[in-house]
Amino acid sequence: MIEARGLSKRYGSTVAVEELSFEVLPGRVTGFLGPNGSGKSTTMRLLLGLDAPDAGQAWIGGRRYRDLRWPLREVGALLEAKAFHPGRSAHAHLSALAASNDIPRSRVEEVLGIVGLGAVARRRAGGFSLGMAQRLGIAAALLGDPGVLLLDEPVNGLDPEGIRWIRTVLRSLAAQGRTVFVSSHLISEMALTADHLVVIGQGRLLADSSVAELSARSVSLEEAFLELTHDSKARTS
Amino acid sequence: MTTTAISPAPRGRYRFPQAVRMEWIKLRSLRSTWWALAVTVAGAVGIAVAVGVNTRDAAADLTNNALAGIALGLLVTGVLGVLVMTGEYSSGMIRATLAAIPNRPLVLAAKAAVFGVVALAVGEAAAFIAFFAGSAALPEEVPAPALGQPGVLRAVVLGGAGYCLIGLIGLGLGAIIRHTPAAIAVLVGGVYVVAQLVAAFAPAIMPYLPIAIVANSLSVVQPVPIEGQLHFLSPWAGLGVLCGYAAVTLVAGAWLLARRDA
Repeated sequence: MIEARGLSKRYGSTVAVEELSFEVLPGRVTGFLGPNGSGKSTTMRLLLGLDAPDAGQAWIGGRRYRDLRWPLREVGALLEAKAFHPGRSAHAHLSALAASNDIPRSRVEEVLGIVGLGAVARRRAGGFSLGMAQRLGIAAALLGDPGVLLLDEPVNGLDPEGIRWIRTVLRSLAAQGRTVFVSSHLISEMALTADHLVVIGQGRLLADSSVAELSARSVSLEEAFLELTHDSKARTS
Repeated sequence: MTTTAISPAPRGRYRFPQAVRMEWIKLRSLRSTWWALAVTVAGAVGIAVAVGVNTRDAAADLTNNALAGIALGLLVTGVLGVLVMTGEYSSGMIRATLAAIPNRPLVLAAKAAVFGVVALAVGEAAAFIAFFAGSAALPEEVPAPALGQPGVLRAVVLGGAGYCLIGLIGLGLGAIIRHTPAAIAVLVGGVYVVAQLVAAFAPAIMPYLPIAIVANSLSVVQPVPIEGQLHFLSPWAGLGVLCGYAAVTLVAGAWLLARRDA
């Protein structure tokens, strides 16, 4: 389970996230929805302890991220495509991460197979397409077989086949009882993938409800989302 | 899709050995690491041979002559040290690293240990090979120095250690500055350019500059004063000061790494 309480973060004079509180429960896919620049990536970075919040706190399974004993075995994260050194192979990249958390080497081959990068695993990853880079990021997230997954815009750069693949992956991970938190600005994709939605705009929580509930607020999920985010802009400007 | 269950999480938690294993795999899996280290050794040996062949004065510090390539090759290990850290920022790898090992000072300590040991091993290899190659290249009429003579072994060993210490200063600067070009500029400026300015305008602090310590304290049989006024540090004092510089940059880097957003 992921828990955020009163998270606030500003960069200089820009408020990225303000008083953000929500919970992400296991066993379902929770979509994290918001327009570009609404604070989704900042929230992900706060959850992972990469950026320090100005106020508030986040817990994963009851602990702050930095207190996790084997972080990669508890939380798998995809933050941005190409969070790897271009001169290193996919195999070396994953081996280094595996070593950091005492994950057996055999698991590296396994996740490379799962994401379909087995054939190119020994090549310099700098030559990867955005789709392949995204698959390597997902392989890194799955490496420790974690109970919690945080994925920031995982469908970016994937082709239609890849998008369907990631949807199936996310749903089966949730079905195994894992906590799956996945951000996107694509409402249609979230309508297909997510069971529950956390919607933010301008760094503030706009909705925390099931996909069905949110859709019922308007003629469609898309309409409901646009009304929500439009209202939040009108209030702040 | 199936996720095969892996072996249950071991007891305990990640610690220094895990961080070291991660950093060792990272360092050795980049081709640029091996190129840079090969260039370091080749440069030291090439310059040693060139200086040896052209030596006429048997009274000179022939050991220091054979180690003349170190002062230039330092730049390569220094830049490699910078890249060990800044390469993580330019690629975005730093976020994967810190998600795996959230204890940031531990990450930098592991980088310093792994890179320090590799740079020390390669630096010593470069110094010893350069010493023997430079000695062998001397003309017949100039007797070659021997490791058994006073101060010679110490000069070769400390000269080799100079690579490692400049490399660690580079690593610390990389952690402080985070951007590759800026960190390299500060390293090169601090080690080479400042030395030129100081020599011209403030010769009194010259003996404390890293380049002067390596060239005139560490890699000499006996430090030689310039024109009777400028006294370089003794080899061991020079080693202590250089270690101090490396420690200060690494501690400052760790402090900033722990406090700044990644």
